[in-house]
Amino acid sequence: MSQRVVVIGGGIAGIQASLDLADMGYEVHLVERSPSIGGRMAQLDKTFPTNDCSMCILSPKMIMCSDHENIKLHTYSEIESVSGEFPHLKVKIKEKARRIDINRCTGCGDCIAKCPVKIPNEFEEKLSTRKAIYLPFPQAVPRKVTIDAENCRMVTQKKCGVCKKVCQAGAVDFDQKDKIVDIDASAIIVATGFDLSDASALSQYGLGVFKDVVTSLQLERLLSASGPTNGQLVRPSDGTEVKKLAFVQCVGSRDEKYHPYCSSVCCMYATKESILVREHVPDINSTIFYIDMRATGKNFQEFVTRAEKNYGVRYVRSRPANVQSSSDGKGILLTYETRGLAGEQVTEGFDMLVLCPALVPSKGATQLAKLLKLDLDEDKFLKCTDLRHPVDSSRKGVLLCGFAGAPMDIPESVSQASGVAARVAELLEGGD
Amino acid sequence: MPRVGVFICHCGHNIASVVDVEKVAAYAKTLPNVIVAEHNLYSCSEEGLGSIKKSIEKNKLDRVVVAACTPRTHEPLFRKICEQAGINKYLFEFVNIREHVSWIHAKEPKAATEKAKNLVAMGVAKAALLEPQQETESSVIPRAVVIGGGLAGLTAASSLIAQNIETELIEKNNELGGILTNVSVIGPEFEDSKKLLDNYAKRLMGSPKAHIHLNSKVTAVKGFIGNFEVTINENGTEKKIPAGAIIVATGARELVPKEYGFGSLPGVITQLELEKMLAKGQVPKSAVFIQCVGSRQPGREYCSRICCNVSLKNALRIIRANPKSSVSILHRDIMSYGTASERLYREASEKGVKFMRYGLDSPAKVSKRDGHLVVDVYDETLDEILGLETDLVVLATPMTSQEDATDVGKLLKVPLDKNGFFLEAHVKLRPVEFATDGIFICGSARWPSSAKEVICQGLAAAAKAAIPIRRGKVVIEAITAQSDPEKCAACGNCVAACPYEAIEITTINGKMAAKVNEALCKGCGACVASCPNDAMQQRGFTTNQLSAMIDALIKSTVEGT
Repeated sequence: MSQRVVVIGGGIAGIQASLDLADMGYEVHLVERSPSIGGRMAQLDKTFPTNDCSMCILSPKMIMCSDHENIKLHTYSEIESVSGEFPHLKVKIKEKARRIDINRCTGCGDCIAKCPVKIPNEFEEKLSTRKAIYLPFPQAVPRKVTIDAENCRMVTQKKCGVCKKVCQAGAVDFDQKDKIVDIDASAIIVATGFDLSDASALSQYGLGVFKDVVTSLQLERLLSASGPTNGQLVRPSDGTEVKKLAFVQCVGSRDEKYHPYCSSVCCMYATKESILVREHVPDINSTIFYIDMRATGKNFQEFVTRAEKNYGVRYVRSRPANVQSSSDGKGILLTYETRGLAGEQVTEGFDMLVLCPALVPSKGATQLAKLLKLDLDEDKFLKCTDLRHPVDSSRKGVLLCGFAGAPMDIPESVSQASGVAARVAELLEGGD
Repeated sequence: MPRVGVFICHCGHNIASVVDVEKVAAYAKTLPNVIVAEHNLYSCSEEGLGSIKKSIEKNKLDRVVVAACTPRTHEPLFRKICEQAGINKYLFEFVNIREHVSWIHAKEPKAATEKAKNLVAMGVAKAALLEPQQETESSVIPRAVVIGGGLAGLTAASSLIAQNIETELIEKNNELGGILTNVSVIGPEFEDSKKLLDNYAKRLMGSPKAHIHLNSKVTAVKGFIGNFEVTINENGTEKKIPAGAIIVATGARELVPKEYGFGSLPGVITQLELEKMLAKGQVPKSAVFIQCVGSRQPGREYCSRICCNVSLKNALRIIRANPKSSVSILHRDIMSYGTASERLYREASEKGVKFMRYGLDSPAKVSKRDGHLVVDVYDETLDEILGLETDLVVLATPMTSQEDATDVGKLLKVPLDKNGFFLEAHVKLRPVEFATDGIFICGSARWPSSAKEVICQGLAAAAKAAIPIRRGKVVIEAITAQSDPEKCAACGNCVAACPYEAIEITTINGKMAAKVNEALCKGCGACVASCPNDAMQQRGFTTNQLSAMIDALIKSTVEGT
């Protein structure tokens, strides 16, 4: 039996599982499809309920991963196929061509400055642009640039090539091909995390129609000091400071038409964001429209009380019916119903509206489950075998942790990630 | 002469938007012994670390000062870079100009920049006097102790033995299972509790690596990671167990309510009493559940996470057993977070469980009228008070910390939070660890958790405990106290001040003096402060280093004005 484990997904769950397994002495291959590990947590400005800077607590773990003698990172890579049975699994990893020799690239960024192509920046939730040759974010691990072949003029039209000219390290290689790496592993861990569902599908909320309607992850980037506005909270329509902000919870979640489940983290991150905006605009007023305020973790209820009492956050129990443009095209008008027998329809103006969309298994997770022959539950998350084995998938030797299995917050994901490391150790030590 | 390099971090905009980092770097260059002073966008990025390493090598630096964020998260990283560049990692000094400067003085950039300069001057002054230190290695006893035989402890112990690690399970009661011994069905999976517990018991009984101690209490804990000694009292007999790691899994208990006529009105029961009834097959014809009894209100503000889901489960058990029964849940918010619990909520609504929301300002009233229990509750949709006749009123009270949690905390020297639950090392990223190395926490002793969450945490604690045991050795911190027997008068102040029992008065070179057991010393410095003779010194924080910092501060402040 090999002492080798493949971890799929380089977010906080995959990172923690990798670190624990590596500390136990196993050889870990961490596979991440984007150019850097870090996952969703890297995009967050701060974390609830302590308002710890997200990148500040994540970054050391990312670097520990890349420095660990027992961890091999396969970034910009995908799982091509898996054959065999536990404990003799054969995993083919496709390391996609970065068109960069990562042994030569120093991450200096000279190429990025000179690249003429601008495309929407995924890490910034498309609120700003990036170049065709890029680092996803400043603390990226590994700190190596990647050429986005679809948008590179040299790759698509054989024109340009300026990055190659300016690179003093000689790292640019336009002809680089994808590489297949074969790993004999005993176990596989799936930690593929989540995506935001497409909130523009709920047309009543006007995402993509009205400029001043954004998603909660976009707000997270707007609040980030390293984000597209350098931490200035301004209205996308005209760049003026936001004074009145509304959050709508359960957009497409707890909704039979879309996603019937609860995404578990939105009540708390909306509360967090409503506190953080005050640090950016001291006289801002936030309103959170919600169904049930689910503050079930350690110090969560206290956090909500603090938001209400010390930060003037208004909690309104109502599911807004629709959003319209205001008469001058700046800000939005939100229509909702007040509660009780005397409940009536109210239309209220806000400078900006933040939607908290259902969080869904990450793009490609269903396909990966098919490739790995894993069962999904009725909400399309990976199914665990039973209560006794909460991190075992339906296939022996393939385990899961974090949001890929069900919505959960960071500490639960981290617990599961360490838990999955214990399960792998049990299996590799001959347990059942 | 020492050769000091100073590296100032922008931390993106975190520092640089307030502190003029270029000015600070220029100032640092003028300080004594400073050979080079640079600034980086992110010193902790690969690029930043790479440039520090290059500078150390190029400028033959032998001391490094980084002015950035907090040593709590980033010191290991910078120490490692020093080591890689060939410098003893204890010749590194961290200056915090983010938490201590830019974040708290965001509105005074000028003064903040001056403060950053002062702090850097202090760091440089100390760095010049730093001495190399050596960490020592210590072996690890290949055995784990798990305190608590409920679901969390059973999971942790069972995982450890499956990993071939000798495990001692300490349970204060005369049977395993904890709170689950009173619960027959576990939600939201509707799993048979007895089957689950039997499965664990079979595993543990069947393994020569597992040692179960019933009717046992921990009475003393000594030692440190890798080398603990846990003393237990088992049925009146004292036993000493050497162990490499300890897992705390002492669980939580149901709050006994005072409200709603509990104790005086028959038929008003707690959730756990309902569990016992249902286990015996006694299904009520009607029931009203009242949520948040004694929680989410002044005095006990927290939400206990699991009570709504327990009520949903039990409401469904009643309805499934008798579809004609009448069940209501009076709540303030239904906390059925996630996928499976939200499914329960939907099923309960579809099957006729009535959900009514009450406010903290309009609580329900329970009374006996004409021989019936009646719950009067204000319905905001109808704007009137409804009287619900019912056989049973089930009070969903929160989980609270165990009555002996404080004692266990004191024995292990680990902290509790304001609600009496154990406080983990970091709420986000170290949920199953204590700040004390080698001691771990899982289950509802940390925070009320669902069975699935408890099992995950039990596994996680087992992973963490297994790491030092599998490695077989641990590194002991070098920043410890040391006593100078020449100056020591053997007064014993330090022995009394030490919270780790790391100091003893003994004969050294024919003279009574204090001696520090460095493996036990955590480097807190309490003994140093208590010493009247300046005989106790802390490595990395010596009196001359601290004096130099104060001198530098005064000099820097005077020059700045």
